[in-house]
Amino acid sequence: MSEVIRVEALHKTYRMGDVEVPALRGVNLTIDRGEFVAVMGSSGSGKSTLMNILGCLDRPTSGKYFLEGEEVGSLTPDEWAHIRNKRVGFVFQGFNLLARTTALENVELPMMYNGFAGKQRHERAVEVLSLVGLEERLDHTPNQLSGGQQQRVAIARALVNRPSLILADEPTGNLDSATGAEIMSLFQRLNAGQSITVVLVTHERDIAEYARRRVVFRDGVIVSDDKKVQEPEGL
Amino acid sequence: MWFMTLRIALRALGRNKLRSFLTMLGIIIGVGAVIAMVAIGEGAKATIRSQIASLGTNVLIVLPGTSVQGGVRTGSGGVNTLVDSDAKAMMQELPSVAFASPALRRPEQVVAGNLNWSTLAQGVAPEFQQIRDWQVAEGRFLHEGDMESAAKVAVVGQTVVDQLFGNDDPIDSVLRIRNIPFRVVGVLAPKGQSSQGTDQDDTVMIPYTTMQKRLMRITWVQSIVVSAVSAERVQEAQEQISLLLRQRHRIGPDREDDFTIRNLSDIAEAASASARVMAVLLGSVASISLLVGGIGIMNIMLVSVTERTREIGIRMAVGARSRDIMFQFLVEAVVMAASGGLIGILLGIGSSVLLNRVAQWPTLISPEIVAVAFFFSGAVGVFFGFYPAQKAAHLDPIDALRYE
Repeated sequence: MSEVIRVEALHKTYRMGDVEVPALRGVNLTIDRGEFVAVMGSSGSGKSTLMNILGCLDRPTSGKYFLEGEEVGSLTPDEWAHIRNKRVGFVFQGFNLLARTTALENVELPMMYNGFAGKQRHERAVEVLSLVGLEERLDHTPNQLSGGQQQRVAIARALVNRPSLILADEPTGNLDSATGAEIMSLFQRLNAGQSITVVLVTHERDIAEYARRRVVFRDGVIVSDDKKVQEPEGL
Repeated sequence: MWFMTLRIALRALGRNKLRSFLTMLGIIIGVGAVIAMVAIGEGAKATIRSQIASLGTNVLIVLPGTSVQGGVRTGSGGVNTLVDSDAKAMMQELPSVAFASPALRRPEQVVAGNLNWSTLAQGVAPEFQQIRDWQVAEGRFLHEGDMESAAKVAVVGQTVVDQLFGNDDPIDSVLRIRNIPFRVVGVLAPKGQSSQGTDQDDTVMIPYTTMQKRLMRITWVQSIVVSAVSAERVQEAQEQISLLLRQRHRIGPDREDDFTIRNLSDIAEAASASARVMAVLLGSVASISLLVGGIGIMNIMLVSVTERTREIGIRMAVGARSRDIMFQFLVEAVVMAASGGLIGILLGIGSSVLLNRVAQWPTLISPEIVAVAFFFSGAVGVFFGFYPAQKAAHLDPIDALRYE
């Protein structure tokens, strides 16, 4: 399998006044196409920092990041914006939908930044919203939707430009366990059915169970990385 | 893209209707004030200009020059070099000259019936009426036929009518100057005192040919009164007249003019300068309020950028480039400024029309100033929207997403 993500000796240090706080201390990780990876660790272990770097939202202090074989550390901010737009879909714990904006328009948002025509944009948005099971809720605004529905809208938004990689930072953190399970099986479906690489951050063991590979962080380094041998149960 | 951005901007402004309106109000008042103030300024300028024109600021007076005989210098008008054909030539040949009329004047004792009155007799051509912008209240002014036949006809001023005819109709009655009977053909509209305090209505006008032949027995003219086509071209007319007369009078290059030309343009200049000062003053006061409106826009845009930090973060996370964010906020500022400008223009035009109707103030709305005001309000949007938009565009996506 071809690799989607490869990071080498990744360091990230935050500066809080005069104190330097290391968040990542030499991370090496390779993720292949079609993998479903759970990144685990307690809070402050550096897992979210890694996600932000993988999602081209933040730059590492040192180290290299190859996305689909391309070194992205040296790209311009505009090129990063393009990667966030086309090649990586990001799902957040807090959904991060535009308030007072319908589900449909929220999903259309990424397409506005790459010159889709209005009609195409509309059709594609309806298509992905159907994929996540929200074809009945196109004109609902976030405050008219439940948490699970909002997260589905966010996933649809992440999918709309057909990225090869979905990064999810605690996607079930704000949801009850039943809804969390629904969201996770949606990720599984996308991973299996659409062969999209999924990397998700969680600190809940049962959520991590949905993934086929688990990477555990502690104090900015990877302490364990084990792949499940058996395939997860069906869809 | 353009259309989308515009729609986003309109929706963002629509979400805070009152705030957007209050922000726009600064621009509305600014632009409205510019339009109304300039309209008032221009109106005043036009009124002053027409008042000055009625004083005759585009009028030039050509007098014969001086001569030196045995060491004695005569005053101006001391030589008899001007003739009526000089006046005709000016009108025919000089594009800057509108009208020219010979003018002869002498105080005369005028008799009508058993009353008599000393007044100023003026011998003039029909063009004199246009030059002095003098209306006829009754009857007619002198015409070309009167000149050719040296007719014994007269047009009388209001004071003369009062003194000699009382309440009787003066038309077709006879008045005598040096025992020569003149038929009254017209009465001049009252003009009041001149700037020197003389009563302009105390006059009798007769054909200049009649004055030359029957009263003064001369062939030359005492002066020629000329009007330039506009107040601005007085200087040009003066130069052209000078050249023409030197040519007609065969004056060599090394010799002095045998005539002098006087004008009243100093008054015109002073008056139009003061009107200009007023217009600039009004305009700059109004521009300051437009500037204040712009600062209001900047203030609200800064607030808006802070409030919408999270939205900016979300947009960046899904692929908006810095310039997309920048453009979005800039369009918002410009939409606000330009629609404020548009409303301000309507308000300005409305209020200047109202001032004109209700307070009878002369106002003049120039299309240029409307265009300039609209362009300027858009420019205010760009200028004052730039910094907030820049600030939004340079937010860090992670910080923006975490912003509460």
